[in-house]
Amino acid sequence: MTQYMMSVHTVEGEAMPTGDDMQRMYDQVDVFNQKLVNEGIWVFGGGLEPIETATTVDATGGEPIITDGPFAEAKEWIGGFWVIEAPDLDAALKLAAEASAACEGKVEVRPFQPEPA
Amino acid sequence: MTETSRTTEAEVERIFREEYGRVVASLIRRFGDIDLAEDAAAEALLVAVERWPVDGVPPNPGGWLTTTAARRGIDKIRRESHRDAKHQQAAMIADPTPHQPTGAVEDDRLRLIFICCHPALAPEARVALTLRLLGGLTVPEIAAAFLVTETTMGQRITRAKKKIAAANIPYRVPDAEDLPARLSGVLAVLYLVFNEGYLATSGSSGMRTDLTAEAIRLCRVLRSLLPTEPEVAGLLALMLLTDARRTARFSASGELVPLTEQDRATWDAEQITEGLALVRECLAVNRPGVYQIQAAVNAVHTTARTSADTDWAQIAALYAQLLAISPSPVVALNRAVAISELDGPAVGLAAVDQLALDTYHPWHVTRAELLRRLDRPADARAAYDAALALIDNPAEAAYLVRRRDEL
Repeated sequence: MTQYMMSVHTVEGEAMPTGDDMQRMYDQVDVFNQKLVNEGIWVFGGGLEPIETATTVDATGGEPIITDGPFAEAKEWIGGFWVIEAPDLDAALKLAAEASAACEGKVEVRPFQPEPA
Repeated sequence: MTETSRTTEAEVERIFREEYGRVVASLIRRFGDIDLAEDAAAEALLVAVERWPVDGVPPNPGGWLTTTAARRGIDKIRRESHRDAKHQQAAMIADPTPHQPTGAVEDDRLRLIFICCHPALAPEARVALTLRLLGGLTVPEIAAAFLVTETTMGQRITRAKKKIAAANIPYRVPDAEDLPARLSGVLAVLYLVFNEGYLATSGSSGMRTDLTAEAIRLCRVLRSLLPTEPEVAGLLALMLLTDARRTARFSASGELVPLTEQDRATWDAEQITEGLALVRECLAVNRPGVYQIQAAVNAVHTTARTSADTDWAQIAALYAQLLAISPSPVVALNRAVAISELDGPAVGLAAVDQLALDTYHPWHVTRAELLRRLDRPADARAAYDAALALIDNPAEAAYLVRRRDEL
């Protein structure tokens, strides 16, 4: 079994869904999440608050420096993610296809490093 | 066996390449590690180069190589204590599978093909991995064939292998449900290898002709593994019927010779016979697909005694069928060419001009030829120039320059 992160990205300037569109998406994602939980695939997941709420901390120089804003100026950022456990990439890609349809956005799949033996 | 003492190193290497895919595929299943499998296979080659010229080639060279490589692989794992327990365990499992394929779907090479052509890998990595692991081509050979540096090609292959391991791309044949889509990905890789060799061949670079031969060989392997998939037969037929015209495609001076002007007597009769038999087999199965239809088009060309005998109505109908299952402006262009042979150049040109293909040089060539037939030399000349601006194949350029200058 391998753990994968399936992340959904928000692109700068793209309008967020509202009203009924938002509700439909939430409902679809709820159904998908429930399936993950029921089938023992779910590890963790959730949606993130907007990028404006991010704070960056840098303690590499000794005293931590706290800065308002994201780590890097980017045109896109993670809006939410799932961590799942799947037998292999093919299984993960099938789940990602369901996730993408549910949240109506592109989904990036990335494996976690294995835990050290 | 008395002759075997004369086995040369070149002969050993030929057998090694022939068996490479089978050997490596079996070792990957056993070790769960592509790099280890490749290293072990390379060590087995060294042993073979030393032993076979003296002892003779063993009766089952593939089996011998696999067994020898497996022993070397296990030794290596024992030596390298940092390898994790999983590898140790995998290697120590007694391998119950005989070397011979136990059944179509069980063959390790089939699993390997589907890993090499996995959609999660970049298309150029799929091609490189397929040639490396199944074809047994070396990294320098693949680099030379695709005109990139060895470093670039080496990195491309390493990155792909790393992703296979880290992302846990499974070593198995896809489920029946996923097979059609995944198989079409595999066929696309083989056809790309073929075209890379075929379209770029200028008659001077031997390695690129090797690519067409390699694509045909790998397609034969795939057909032996999936004998009931008509698209595999279709692709093999398409490659054979196309490759049969290889020598007729270039004049003595290295200029491209178009199909209509080729000396049909120089076409490879053996390849044509085999290709036509495959097309007939596909027709009997009656599950048409893109490769089968293209093979059928080539079968029509191949069975015409002279260019004038070509059954263009049949070709137009086949392209219409292809357009229905796989719509694309390139297919529409091919259909327009057939239409122009049936209904005349004016009708053909009208159809061609509707297609948004002005970055595709065959579109300009087609326009040039139709404009020429319509007696519009200035427009035809401009179209030849537009085509010439888009190509870098010297044989084709030489042909187009001559055609243009005839006007």
